[in-house]
Amino acid sequence: MGDVVIKVDQLSKRYIIDHEQQGGSQGSLRDKLATKAKNIFKQQGASAARREEIIVLNDLSFEVEQGRRVGIIGSNGAGKSTLLKILSKITEPSSGTVETAGRVVSLLEVGTGFHPELTGRENIFLNGVILGMSRAAIRKKFDQIVAFSEIGQFLDTPVKRYSSGMYMRLAFAVAAHLEPEILIVDEVLAVGDSQFQKKCLAKMDEISKDDGITVLFVSHNLEAVRSFCDTGIFLNKGTLISAGSIDDVVDDYARMYNKSSKELIPNTANAIYFNSIVPNKSNYYFEEPMTLTCGIVADKAYPKYIIGISISDRLDHKVGTTLIYSKEPLKAGANNITLKIPLTTIVPGAYTFTLAIALDESLHNLDVVFNYPELNILSDNHNQQLFARWSQSWGGNLLSGTDII
Amino acid sequence: MAHKKYWHEVWKFRELIYILSWRDIKIRYKQTVIGTAWSIVRPLFTTLIFTVVFNRIARLQNPSEAPYMLMVLAGMLPWQFFATSVGDATNSITGNAGLINKVYFPRIIIPLSTLVTGCFDFFISFAIVIGALAWFHFMPHWQVIFVPLLIIQLFACALSISLFFTSLNVRYRDFRHLITFAIQVGLYVSPVAFSSKSLPAGWRIWYALNPMVGIIDGFRWALLNDSMYWPGMYLSLCTTALLLWLGIGYFRKTEKTFADDI
Repeated sequence: MGDVVIKVDQLSKRYIIDHEQQGGSQGSLRDKLATKAKNIFKQQGASAARREEIIVLNDLSFEVEQGRRVGIIGSNGAGKSTLLKILSKITEPSSGTVETAGRVVSLLEVGTGFHPELTGRENIFLNGVILGMSRAAIRKKFDQIVAFSEIGQFLDTPVKRYSSGMYMRLAFAVAAHLEPEILIVDEVLAVGDSQFQKKCLAKMDEISKDDGITVLFVSHNLEAVRSFCDTGIFLNKGTLISAGSIDDVVDDYARMYNKSSKELIPNTANAIYFNSIVPNKSNYYFEEPMTLTCGIVADKAYPKYIIGISISDRLDHKVGTTLIYSKEPLKAGANNITLKIPLTTIVPGAYTFTLAIALDESLHNLDVVFNYPELNILSDNHNQQLFARWSQSWGGNLLSGTDII
Repeated sequence: MAHKKYWHEVWKFRELIYILSWRDIKIRYKQTVIGTAWSIVRPLFTTLIFTVVFNRIARLQNPSEAPYMLMVLAGMLPWQFFATSVGDATNSITGNAGLINKVYFPRIIIPLSTLVTGCFDFFISFAIVIGALAWFHFMPHWQVIFVPLLIIQLFACALSISLFFTSLNVRYRDFRHLITFAIQVGLYVSPVAFSSKSLPAGWRIWYALNPMVGIIDGFRWALLNDSMYWPGMYLSLCTTALLLWLGIGYFRKTEKTFADDI
């Protein structure tokens, strides 16, 4: 470690969006000619007004040392993918420079260039060469690739007959045997089941440890980033917000993410509706209790009510649900109710709440607020080991109090 | 990027040229019954039709010694290589958008691999020439050794036009439609179904500005002992070299933004 292998200096990427072409076909020659013809009669600059410059990356500068595993995080549209594309030389920066030392292999997609009509065997060669391997190198590693992919007897079947799981495994198997010096990985783990994700992460872990390769990794799975990476880069709307140790960067992200999460739009037409739902903190550590303060507006007084709360993970699977019965009647107008939610068993990850209110056991909901607010549960140091190994297929609950008796 | 470094990169990715054209050939003949025989059937039938229409019905004659059909064949093969390659190459970058957007390699690899695929068909269809020469008991003279050089010239010519069209097509999809039309016209303005000797003497040098004229004449010279119109040949070499130089320049200028424009 120590040598700088990626040096990004004042990097910006801008796109020009031509508003005249919006909704129309891909920049046709006719449009261009028509614009040219029109401009003869117009003053210069008239057409420039209709053009809009979109800044995707704005003046980024950072360095990455050899052997680092860098997690790049940020919400959608932050510029993560564009940054990876520039680092992989797929597209050029509008200004600024990027220097990389060593063989860069980028996996912006699983199975780039796979052809459905070709067999697994043929696609291994096709995909391998596309990603920069020589056929000789593929031949040497062929058995390892096949073993890793677990496709066995389907090796000579066209990949269009593969299940999506097999397809993914084969594609990643090729990628895992590339021997890069710098590996760039974009959201490949968003697809595929959790077993596959684990296997990929473990393989990435193995190759980066053994060969000291540098990894740049983009994922929306904060826990995966946190457990795999040692360094983080946080982008927001094309600007570098923070860079440094992964824990600090993920915390920065969680803080900003919560602040900027979408707002609650009250369903004011309902007889009873949630006006506000405010958690007491922006993010929580595992086992930390939470309180939610709900503003509820009612058209008249109600003697009792029931609030239902569900927690969903980022794949929208329900992790758990609870019903809370009223202690006091609901007044006409605004009410403020604080709910205690002991999150003790919810494993670290990103979740959202769904809240509903009903009057009695028939649970006929008078108002429902979906996916608000968001909730981030982080692992702290003493349980990081456990949660690094946690598979999504294990569910979102850690059974507490288990022991040998 | 400096010139030298660019071509060094292309060389480094040479296996990609091979594997992409291997893929294209493999895919093209999947689920076909006669497979690669299509590379023979197509030019053979077009040659027969042209011979019937121009020689038997329109009563055109070959001003040289070779039978009319051989003359058409010697023009048809290079023309068909040119037309198929340029047509396919025009759509090659847009057709491989998935690769352009996700992996880096010198973009020229893509049209190059399309042309290599074209070469494969060309070499197979060359069997027809050998068969037809035997059928007509026609023996080429010593200049047959120039065929490989003519193939290189043909390849360079097709590449130069392909580079223009493929990069223009990334930005303006009009070129996809324009190219099919241009190739149709090209068939009749190039001496495929007739001999360029049939032209009035004063026109020949102007006609040779079309680089395919010199190439087709060249094939007839090498294979069918036609007399060679050297000024036309030199002109074809010059225009091919010039177009190739401009084509590579234009392609390299535009390839940087392919991923953004596609």
